[in-house]
Amino acid sequence: MQLVQASGLVKTFSRLRAVDGVSLEVSRGEVVGFLGPNGAGKSTTMKMLTGFLEPDAGTASIAGHDVFADPIAARRHLGYLPEGAPAYGDMTVADFLAFVGRMRGLSSAMLGERLAEMVERVNLAAVWNRPIDALSKGFKRRVGIAQALIHDPEVLILDEPTDGLDPNQKHDMRELIAAIAPGKAIVISTHILEEVEAICSRVVIIAEGKVVADATPTALLDAAAVDGKRPTLETVFRSITGSKAA
Amino acid sequence: MKTSFRTIALVFGREFRAYFATPLAAVFLLVFLALSAGLAFFAGGFFERGQADLGPFFAWHPWLFLILMPAIGMRLWADERRSGVIELLMTLPVRAHEVVIGKFLAGWAFTAVALVLTMSFWLVTLYLGSPDNGIVLASYIGSFLMAGAFLAISACISAMTKNQVIAFILAAIVSFLLVMSGTNLVLAALRGWAPAFVVDLVQSLSFITNFDRLTRGVLEAPAVILFLSTIVLALWINVQVVDAKKAA
Repeated sequence: MQLVQASGLVKTFSRLRAVDGVSLEVSRGEVVGFLGPNGAGKSTTMKMLTGFLEPDAGTASIAGHDVFADPIAARRHLGYLPEGAPAYGDMTVADFLAFVGRMRGLSSAMLGERLAEMVERVNLAAVWNRPIDALSKGFKRRVGIAQALIHDPEVLILDEPTDGLDPNQKHDMRELIAAIAPGKAIVISTHILEEVEAICSRVVIIAEGKVVADATPTALLDAAAVDGKRPTLETVFRSITGSKAA
Repeated sequence: MKTSFRTIALVFGREFRAYFATPLAAVFLLVFLALSAGLAFFAGGFFERGQADLGPFFAWHPWLFLILMPAIGMRLWADERRSGVIELLMTLPVRAHEVVIGKFLAGWAFTAVALVLTMSFWLVTLYLGSPDNGIVLASYIGSFLMAGAFLAISACISAMTKNQVIAFILAAIVSFLLVMSGTNLVLAALRGWAPAFVVDLVQSLSFITNFDRLTRGVLEAPAVILFLSTIVLALWINVQVVDAKKAA
């Protein structure tokens, strides 16, 4: 079974067709890098995958549950980091994660266990009792990751998880994602191409609302090779999406 | 309609605490106490009347609430939209109506705190004379119900925008119209041309007219029903708005 399955997603915002027939399948153990220029429809697609936005056409399911027909069941299997890692700024990290965990139906015993694991894994001990408003961007992003992982979901959808992090934090985030990847289906949107090569087992590139490439990073580079010489992922990205945008 | 009371309780707890996380709660409570006392003493002639009752105190509540309830309700949803938390909240395994009810109840409970703090007035009248405690109780219940109606309208409007100021102003305008609909100013303007039943309808929806009935000491069913049904209707619209307008 595909943990994430979307077919023919379409979304139009007052005449602008933001997403135009996107289909995507992600199975257990895969980390899919979701790439595209700004405004290509990445975030909109992710919002539809999570059931936050209703598509004009097409279907999406998480762990076999249709996100629109059976949203509660679908969301139970989903961890989601929205763009910009929003959180309740007036709450402390501990209170916020406990709130999300309880809203996700974790029992008190389970919640304690998971919170302890989040402190450890996402490295939040230093800011555990600080209000989220007072945290640096890097810590805020980590809190966002922790809330997405709190219920140990099978499917993770992360919208720019490393945006605004410094190189060390980026490295930590990649290690974390790599460590949890087996057993989960993960979709990550990013602008950072080195990140894709480092952690993604597959690359999906979209431009102007359409999927223009869907392959492993190696296959993508091989296909674009000239005289047996592989270009960089950046060159491939630019040649695929640049011509579209022009 | 399936409902998780656990979710409602969790949302309620978070939102209720959030009022006290900022100085807003203290400011609101101070303003409410100062205004309700000041108006009762200086504009309502609380002492000069020579009667041990809370009439002058409650008479100002419709006017106070039409500003203060939008202030309590404005952040409930507009802030979620502005910060983007709504995206997180509505992708949790929860239903929109559970969140709507939890948030509303938190604001309403906060209002209850404000009303309980005004009970010192009642103690003063108890000391000065012998007020009709039945009337006092009915007035408090009426005031609480009316505050709930204003709050539900404010929460509903807050869900339509990401700007708290816009939410506040729109909610205050709608509240003002509901208060004013019972005054002669509005009714006289209608009488000239509108059929009698329209005038009666507008008058019967007036918050002031209905609140006045309750403060006379009788928990009249029509007034109670008006406030409760306003709450239910506003919250129902609130759910539809949250469901339909998640993004933007």
